[in-house]
Amino acid sequence: MKQKIRDILGKHGGLPVPVETLADDADLYAAGLSSFASVQVMLGIEEAFDVEFPDNLLNRKSFQSVDAITRAVSSLVGNAEAAE
Amino acid sequence: MDMQTSLLDRLFDSGLLIDTGVEGLYGRSGAFEDVIARFERLIDAFGGADGAEAMRFPPGMNRAHFETSGYMKSFPQLAGTVHSFCGGDADHMNLLQCMEVNGDWTKDQKATDIVLTPAACYPLYPTIAKRGRLPAKGGLYDLQSYCFRHEPSNDPARQQLFRMREYVCMGTQEHVTEFRQTWMDRGLEMMAKVGLDVTIDVANDPFFGRAGRMMANNQRDQNLKFELLIPVTSAAKPTACMSFNYHQDAFGAKWGLNLENGDVAHTACVGFGLERIALALFARHGMDIALWPAEVRKTLGYQD
Repeated sequence: MKQKIRDILGKHGGLPVPVETLADDADLYAAGLSSFASVQVMLGIEEAFDVEFPDNLLNRKSFQSVDAITRAVSSLVGNAEAAE
Repeated sequence: MDMQTSLLDRLFDSGLLIDTGVEGLYGRSGAFEDVIARFERLIDAFGGADGAEAMRFPPGMNRAHFETSGYMKSFPQLAGTVHSFCGGDADHMNLLQCMEVNGDWTKDQKATDIVLTPAACYPLYPTIAKRGRLPAKGGLYDLQSYCFRHEPSNDPARQQLFRMREYVCMGTQEHVTEFRQTWMDRGLEMMAKVGLDVTIDVANDPFFGRAGRMMANNQRDQNLKFELLIPVTSAAKPTACMSFNYHQDAFGAKWGLNLENGDVAHTACVGFGLERIALALFARHGMDIALWPAEVRKTLGYQD
């Protein structure tokens, strides 16, 4: 899942540095993730994982780091599986 | 009848606003315009000594600049573009025939180079960028324009064509955030002088769609936008009559606005919704300006 998230960050994040150089807990905003790019990442993740971020996860914190995104996606994927 | 309609009806009945048959598109009486002119002089009294460079643009902007601004990413639902007939004789005949049968004659209109200005400061950024680096003391600009937002409503405080007075500050983060704080303090003082009850609260712009929900949440989380709220049509849901916006370095980076040392400029703006402020005054003090409280009349320079 982390690699898939990193791929999406690479494609939509518009980061000035390669995603591989960032640790899982590195602050993506400090690394140059713009507000608008974080929205593109959100939409990219929704499409790739076939999930929909609820309102309470649509914020900066959910996209702060690769770890944070992984936690958010895990909770959504888990919910989707539980619902099936 | 809801309260909004009733205020609008009272404004129509008293002749202050003039019905055009389109929601949010109104004529203004001389008395209404006079209130706005007087309030603008009050703004000048508070901000004039700051030495802002005044510029006035018409209510249309260069379409290329509008496209660069990214407005369509955030507010596609509010934008208004200017389209015109660009055909020849045969097209003209078709156009008239189409109108004759009440067809959709607008579908063949072509986009012009003009887009309706969505906020008074939009034409400013490319203008300043063209000049090169900002002076050492940063930049301070005074703007006013009619603005268009496509949001038809019977709330007189939500008009489609309305005037926005703005001060825009460009400089370092400290410089522009101090500017914003100064105007929050001044806003409270000004509104108290004209007898209006106000609150200031964190706010967000009406970004479009689900992506917009996230933009709005981010904007609030970072305290980027505050609004000065005044009851106009509802005490429970007061109307934003001023806004105080810190853009971080987003506009600086987008337009290539640089400080004297080459760093990307931070920007902030304070906006006055002039019609909304006039409406707040009429809603609070009544439709007859002669009967407004003496202190309010004095502040606005009415002779007793």
